[in-house]
Amino acid sequence: MRKIRSRLLLIGVLVIGAIWALIPTNSTIRVRDATTGRMKDSTVRRVPINLGLDLQGGIHLALEVDQSKGQVPDPAEAIRRAERVVRTRIDEFGVTEPVVQVVGGNRLIVELAGEKDPSRAKSIIQRTAFLEFRITDMKNLFRDAIPQMDGALRAAGVSPTTGGGGAATPSAVSQLFGGDTSKAKPAPGKKGKTPAAAPPKPDTSFLNQPGALSALLFQGSLPGEFLVPEEQVPVAESLLARPEVQRLMPRGFELRWGTEVESRGARPYRALYAVEEKPIITGEELEKASARRDQLTNQSVVDFVLSRRGGRIFERETARHVNDYMAIILDGRVQGQPPVIKSEIGQRGQIELGNKSLQEANDLALVLRAGALPAPLTIVEERTIGPTLGRDSINDGIRAGAVGVILVVLIMVIYYRTSGILAVAALGFYALFTLAGLAGFGFTLTLPGLAGLALSVGIATDANVLIFERIREELQHGKLVRTAVDEGFKHAMSAIVDSNVSTALTAFILYLVGTGPVQGFAITLIIGIIASMITAVFVVRTFYMIWLERRPDMVTLSI
Amino acid sequence: MLRLFANAKYDFIKWRRWAYALTAAIIVPGFLLFLVHGLNYSIEFTGGTLIQVETHTGVGTGKIRSALDAAGIHDAEIQTFGADSVFVIRARLSGESRSIEGGGTQQTAQAVSRALDAGIGAGQYRIDRTEAVGPKVGRELQGKAFLAIFFSFLVTLVYLAIRFEWRFGLAAVLATFHDILTTIAFIRYLNLEVSLIVVGAVLTMVGYSLNDTIIIFDRVRENLRKFRRQNLYEILNLSINETLPRSVLTHGTTMATTLALVLLAGEVLRPFALVMTFAIFTGTFSSVYIAAPVLMAIEKRWPGKDARGARTLRPAGTAAPETPPRSPEPQPTR
Repeated sequence: MRKIRSRLLLIGVLVIGAIWALIPTNSTIRVRDATTGRMKDSTVRRVPINLGLDLQGGIHLALEVDQSKGQVPDPAEAIRRAERVVRTRIDEFGVTEPVVQVVGGNRLIVELAGEKDPSRAKSIIQRTAFLEFRITDMKNLFRDAIPQMDGALRAAGVSPTTGGGGAATPSAVSQLFGGDTSKAKPAPGKKGKTPAAAPPKPDTSFLNQPGALSALLFQGSLPGEFLVPEEQVPVAESLLARPEVQRLMPRGFELRWGTEVESRGARPYRALYAVEEKPIITGEELEKASARRDQLTNQSVVDFVLSRRGGRIFERETARHVNDYMAIILDGRVQGQPPVIKSEIGQRGQIELGNKSLQEANDLALVLRAGALPAPLTIVEERTIGPTLGRDSINDGIRAGAVGVILVVLIMVIYYRTSGILAVAALGFYALFTLAGLAGFGFTLTLPGLAGLALSVGIATDANVLIFERIREELQHGKLVRTAVDEGFKHAMSAIVDSNVSTALTAFILYLVGTGPVQGFAITLIIGIIASMITAVFVVRTFYMIWLERRPDMVTLSI
Repeated sequence: MLRLFANAKYDFIKWRRWAYALTAAIIVPGFLLFLVHGLNYSIEFTGGTLIQVETHTGVGTGKIRSALDAAGIHDAEIQTFGADSVFVIRARLSGESRSIEGGGTQQTAQAVSRALDAGIGAGQYRIDRTEAVGPKVGRELQGKAFLAIFFSFLVTLVYLAIRFEWRFGLAAVLATFHDILTTIAFIRYLNLEVSLIVVGAVLTMVGYSLNDTIIIFDRVRENLRKFRRQNLYEILNLSINETLPRSVLTHGTTMATTLALVLLAGEVLRPFALVMTFAIFTGTFSSVYIAAPVLMAIEKRWPGKDARGARTLRPAGTAAPETPPRSPEPQPTR
């Protein structure tokens, strides 16, 4: 009796756990706004089982090569290469069995099943992932050019912005020079030189007044770093893009914005870096990248390994630049604050992402691993899309499946009578556990997955058939009911275990080697096999124990 | 108590040569056809034409599909696109017209348009765009699926070598391989379309067939320990007969499910259901007529140390003594 109680307790815990996993939760889906016709994110409450594109539909994205920022010589070739890269990236993103398809030679269709986080998916698809390491402006050449640029801007009729905080802080650059604790050269000497070196001075009064740029750019804590008040970023961007400013840019240097907004005092600032034009190394030499959380500093870190050749170049360059700052630039954006090169670095290195989440670090590692897009892609169309199979086929399939299940139940109950009812009840538990397994691990259920489930239902019934037939054999040999049940379970076990383990091993290999649909099949099959082992063997055995406990004098078994 | 085939004593193994001949008669022509014509891959693998259609309300995917089917365009994918009245149809023409380079898109669009004229009426819809689409599934899927099956065979061999004996593993893998060949032949005979879900059905078949073979082998393993005087021929027959009630019932229930799918699940799922049904048939057949006789053939070709054959197939884990120990009692199975 105590044995039964602990078994029932375990089953109870499993059932509660399964129901817990199936409680409807909030999830974000992408829907079309009925009034505006635009796409928007919407939150719905539903059972957390993800259905694939074939069963549920999802979002449809059409992507084209973005030519706005420069001509791409062969867009058709670029799209074909992008197809491969996007497919790898999405496959690594999770088992969602996406559609990645070239259309009409110049467009790429990406379809994702009811994607939980559409914006994250989109950013992963679109990221070009061009990684480069560049040394910052160690000699402060850009800073020294700012007054000249201000002069040029003044000549062009641009005055310092009024309103906003930038202009309210006069001569920000010179003020911050004093506080510069980095290894920047002493500011005053430089400062004296600059006006003298400046070309014709149309108006000397600008020396006392802050220029348009120097009012916006605050020297940061390391050479080549400037801070711009967040709300002034667009202004600074447009000023810096003007031809008269570009002309005065120190040779061999470029400006790159940082990714992060940091607060100095009460105001948010964005970092701007003057970096060397030529990278010391690019992501092409990158071979591996993986994300982790640093145990000591609790920072998210991406470890990377360079190719042999890349390692040699990197070692030579970093040796040349010891004590310099190196900006890590991804897709033109400086990631975090440039670290100082403490000593020469070889094939292995790491990118510290500070307090960013591990997921972001994972996404970065993923994009670095999966390779760079040959050209930037832009989303030209976004729509919700219905299931690939079509609603008509799904309804037919559900009806046919229901008929199939009814047939199985009828056969089991007619053939095995009360024992058959126990087996059917166990199948109910099986369905609950399997669905909970799919929900708990966040797997996507597709039609090949349903095939896997159907197979595991067959395996679950088969396990009961094996046990029941064995009990019948034992009864035929003249054994008592109780002994026959015990022996039946005992002898059927080796067949059940061996057949299930080898099928599960096969499924596991399919998962490791296969892609999308093959993996979906394998995962549902593995979950189904585990659930069927629990229900067909453990649950049915418990049912029998209770039955025999209640009717100890039973002479013939209803089987 | 309702019992089917209880205490049967059929001589299954006697018919093995007929079985070999039958299976060869299925596989060889089917495989030759496969080598000459290849398989009929679905639009997911080949690509085709994408047609965006806007209709008036009340036209569902079912209606469009029956219109296309009536015009002989069978493997179209039809999805709602944004609104309920906008559809994306991915279709391709069957037969020779498919091979026309470039011109295929226009022709498919025209064929679809004619089909819609007949099915939902001219002027009742508008074609928004037609474009050629590439395959949805990369070629690598095919290679990877085969690679996956190959590796799963290796793992099965190793597992069965540990739990049973290497001869059992080899026989089981050969039987499963036989099933893959017959299934490819079956798909070729009916010229079924190989879509992703059909690939799923083939994988299911691999699992099912392996499962079934191991159930019979488990009984063989047990009987080899129990009946020390009988030869392998007798033991195989005995084991198949003993597991016959189970086989009939299990295959009966699964077959009932797949036949329900064949009859009721509609055009799109039918190839899948047909392959599943055939898979149960061939899986059962091969467990009895391929796995068991092949095990016997392997044993004959590479006999163990005991010339009597059956005795050399020792249960796993026991040592291999020069003269096998005599155990008066049947050993309990593990």
